[in-house]
Amino acid sequence: MDPEFFEQLAMPLFDSLYNLAHWLTGDRIDAEDLVQETYAKALKGFRSFQEGTNLRAWMFRILRNTFLTSRTGLMARNTLSLEEEAEEAEIRSAHAITPESVLLQSENQQIVLDALGALPVHYREIILLCEVEEMSYREIAEVLSLPIGTVMSRLSRARNSLRDMLATRPPARATI
Amino acid sequence: MKNCDCDAATLAQYLDGELPSDQANRMQEHIGDCPHCAAEVSVLVSMKRSLHAANRHFTPSAEFRRKIQQQASRPRSKWKPRLVWAFAMLAVIFAFSVVWLARPRRVDPFSEVADLHVSALASPNPVDVVSTDRHTVKPWFQGRIPFSFNIPELVGTEFALLGGRVVYVNQQPGAQLIFMVRQHAISVLIYQEPSGFSGALTDGNVERHNAFNVAAWKVQNLRFMVIGDADAAEIRKLAQMMRRANE
Repeated sequence: MDPEFFEQLAMPLFDSLYNLAHWLTGDRIDAEDLVQETYAKALKGFRSFQEGTNLRAWMFRILRNTFLTSRTGLMARNTLSLEEEAEEAEIRSAHAITPESVLLQSENQQIVLDALGALPVHYREIILLCEVEEMSYREIAEVLSLPIGTVMSRLSRARNSLRDMLATRPPARATI
Repeated sequence: MKNCDCDAATLAQYLDGELPSDQANRMQEHIGDCPHCAAEVSVLVSMKRSLHAANRHFTPSAEFRRKIQQQASRPRSKWKPRLVWAFAMLAVIFAFSVVWLARPRRVDPFSEVADLHVSALASPNPVDVVSTDRHTVKPWFQGRIPFSFNIPELVGTEFALLGGRVVYVNQQPGAQLIFMVRQHAISVLIYQEPSGFSGALTDGNVERHNAFNVAAWKVQNLRFMVIGDADAAEIRKLAQMMRRANE
């Protein structure tokens, strides 16, 4: 597409992209670098962007891939691969926790956001795309370059993991 | 305890709106009947609600927004002026080349006249009408050239008329008169010239071109040129006489 349209199409995504970037990097400076690089790459590749396809998914994918190749992203990726293997066993244990004990915690926004920030990056991003960006599974699959089935299973594991974290916290307000 | 085979993942899909409508309807009914799933759903819903606070949780600074805005709008602000500049440069180059191509034609009258002068001198028959009498030479040109001119009285001057011939300058007929002064031949060329055609020739002054002294002037659309290897003073004198005769 003509780069002339880039500004009017890409700028409305600015706040969302920044928010995700900050959640992924956990740091303002890193988030700004990530967003800036994302816009630079998107502008460069904008001619190859097909009109009528999903610009939001396209830009989020650029941001996410840029993050994964960045310093913080590489570190996060290394820790995840181990984690995903051990995951299946954990799913079962999550169900042992009664919903009632989690409910109280899950109503506390700050506790939930703290838990979200502590999640491994692949869980954090898929939850953000689903719950915050309210993307469909299909869109998430596009952003993460994954089959839809993998999106569903990873999302489920991510939620269980978040639930676990809420359940293992003391019911009192978190002090971290 | 658990009295159905629903798993948390299916319930989450239901809440995400990703179940096909028939399955979603069945699930809705089931949740109404199953306290276990209802409790599960309430946890998921409250998690969803709390997670919503992660939206716009981090906001970019105004300064950073401006920076990205500028970056995103660069194609318009950067390439358009460049394109304009490129076109402007092309236009300038084009204009220069037009001027350059037109230039030789403008200096042509002088070199053409010099050629005529030299070829007349080199010819064994430099003139078509051989006469020292201006009253013979002038009428001879009638009907041969599309204009008329006067030849000054030469008696008592150092100049002698040798004769004249018809020449072509700029593809138009003109007159060439040949005068002698102390063994030097001087040509006087008279031809029609469109207005504004020969700006390269300065009016009235004697100039040196390729060892020839040249005087040129214009009366209406008639171009007069006096050319020869005689002294500048002699060229000027003959030019003045010619000029006076044709005023």
